[in-house]
Amino acid sequence: MIKIKYKLDGLDCANCAARLEDKVKKVDGVEDASVSFLSCKMTLEIDEKRQEEIVEKIKKVVKKEEPDVNIKEI
Amino acid sequence: MKKDLIKIIISFILFVIALVVPFQNIWVNKIIYVISYLIVGLEIILKAIRNIIRGKVFDEHFLMSIATIGAFIIGEFPEAVAVMLFYQIGELFQSYAVDKSRKSIVALMDIRPDYANIKKDGDIVKVDPDDVKIDDIIVVKPGEKVPLDGIVIKGNSYVDTKALTGESVPRKIEQNDEILSGFINQKGVLEIKVTKEFENSTVSKILDLVENASSKKSKSENFITKFAKYYTPIVVIIALIIAFVPPFILNMGEFNDFLYRALTFLVVSCPCALVISIPLGFFGGIGGASKLGILVKGSNYLEALQKAEIVVFDKTGTLTKGVFEVQEINSFDIKKEKLLEYATYAEYYSNHPISISLKNKYNKKIDKERIKDIKELSGNGIVAIIDSTEVIIGNKKIMNNFNIKYEEVEKQGTILYIAIDKKYVGYIVISDKIKDDAKDTIKGLKKNNIKKTVMLTGDIKKVGESVAKEIDIDEVYTELLPDDKVKKVEKLLKEKSEKSKLVFVGDGINDAPVLAMSDIGIAMGGLGSDAAIEAADIVIMNDEISKILTAIKISKKTMKIVVENIVFAIGVKVIVLILAAFGISTMWEAVFADVGVSVIAILNSLRMLNVKKLQ
Repeated sequence: MIKIKYKLDGLDCANCAARLEDKVKKVDGVEDASVSFLSCKMTLEIDEKRQEEIVEKIKKVVKKEEPDVNIKEI
Repeated sequence: MKKDLIKIIISFILFVIALVVPFQNIWVNKIIYVISYLIVGLEIILKAIRNIIRGKVFDEHFLMSIATIGAFIIGEFPEAVAVMLFYQIGELFQSYAVDKSRKSIVALMDIRPDYANIKKDGDIVKVDPDDVKIDDIIVVKPGEKVPLDGIVIKGNSYVDTKALTGESVPRKIEQNDEILSGFINQKGVLEIKVTKEFENSTVSKILDLVENASSKKSKSENFITKFAKYYTPIVVIIALIIAFVPPFILNMGEFNDFLYRALTFLVVSCPCALVISIPLGFFGGIGGASKLGILVKGSNYLEALQKAEIVVFDKTGTLTKGVFEVQEINSFDIKKEKLLEYATYAEYYSNHPISISLKNKYNKKIDKERIKDIKELSGNGIVAIIDSTEVIIGNKKIMNNFNIKYEEVEKQGTILYIAIDKKYVGYIVISDKIKDDAKDTIKGLKKNNIKKTVMLTGDIKKVGESVAKEIDIDEVYTELLPDDKVKKVEKLLKEKSEKSKLVFVGDGINDAPVLAMSDIGIAMGGLGSDAAIEAADIVIMNDEISKILTAIKISKKTMKIVVENIVFAIGVKVIVLILAAFGISTMWEAVFADVGVSVIAILNSLRMLNVKKLQ
């Protein structure tokens, strides 16, 4: 398991953040995910061995759910 | 945001004109309504269309668009405009509120140093704090933040520790003092020898902790997320049923009438008020707490704290100052100085406050070479070989264990019995002081519904009980080994009622297991102690015990606001939904139920940013 944090710039609706969290949690290989609307951060716990593949998938999910959001690793 | 505000104002003026001016031609009013609507609503409709293309249906933009366009179709022009207009006002207000609380948290966390002045070959170079290594010498000028933890090697000054401790009185700093990153230098130039790399420095640890706090969500937040997930689809489905079933299947009346009711439903379908105001309340609570030097690692802990029933305290360093002073030295057969010397050497490697007080009293250079062997018998004492002499030092138990004849001393404080080559040669009395705010804190806890206060200590019965009596603590367990503390807490955990919580307060130095196993572990004097920050759920940065009470008050206020918001928002929405289903409430009430409730709930949450009076 590895913990990664992302900054989500332009996350501007609380309900969307909750929905995004739900969608990201469902991605295969994601142990836990948390999207904080207030701090604009996404914290992921994912399978370390498949990190690249999972992160790619999550980025796609974010793009689809919230096209205006910029995702940046921190 | 300014652009949105202008749009809203123009749209609002047009809306009022259309509402109050009776134009000759009714179409003029209608056209003004439509223009007013498009100014604020076009963007929403476009977003809705974009989202539908991407397969997102129950999106709030979509629901707002349907509700308002539907209202136009059935001829309710003013309602259509009002819904969109107030929705936008709500959105604007929401982003203003979120922005404000984000900013206040960011300002709070404005302790990250941007640079460090490193001293190299007589020159001073500005570098990134990340590039500074251990043992580098850095220079901090007045007004600058201390970028890394270290020891002052030159200069003296006062430092502002407010950002970390909530303490407003500056702290005096002199040569050889430890200094922590995040302090702000106020007067003289300081030269500091770095002892920790940036990522391990206090400031990084604290920033990390606060930034991560929002990822540990409370039960209330999770409840709202779940609620939101089902709420919107259910409301939309009921809206569909209301629109079509009564007029077409049950033949109960006009389709237009029922469509209006259904559209009213859609207006209240967004759970926004809840989804935003609950986390905002917690966010404010955590932010407010850190303003006072209380770091909470997640909103779940803030939520749990108000359910505290039993508060267990460690004694030394928590209820007492933990600053031990040698009060008395009594020796037989050898000189007092010699006794102190042996004691200091034997305790040299111990991290217990007793060791520090011995070193302070001895106040001579220690030649480590002379310490040949050291065995620490946890909770009892130490057996050491100094030069070629065996020194046994500790409490009664260790004397009994080695069958050493001694005379029991009845004195206030910790008594260290010392034997040399298995012969009792004297004792040293060391005592500690109770913190000034300890008694009031215990009193305050009882006023705040804490049923039981307990003190655990490794100290002897007499000392423990006299401290407990002085500050009026309910139960006291003394002469405990670290293991016993774990067992006692286990027992207390079973004793408490199911829903309530047990809080353990310690200094984080040797009670990490207990901190971890209690429902909420609070570490005191976390500043500079990595172990405490690591093991605890809540960290009190300075060593004021009264902050425990403040933390509980903050928790209570946060939960009060959260519950108010949940009950109020769900309550109003459900009432409006029921009234709308029977055709009693209009779209106007629905707009209030949606936007009005959001605004009120957010305002309620923002109260959390003001925590000063809870101190």
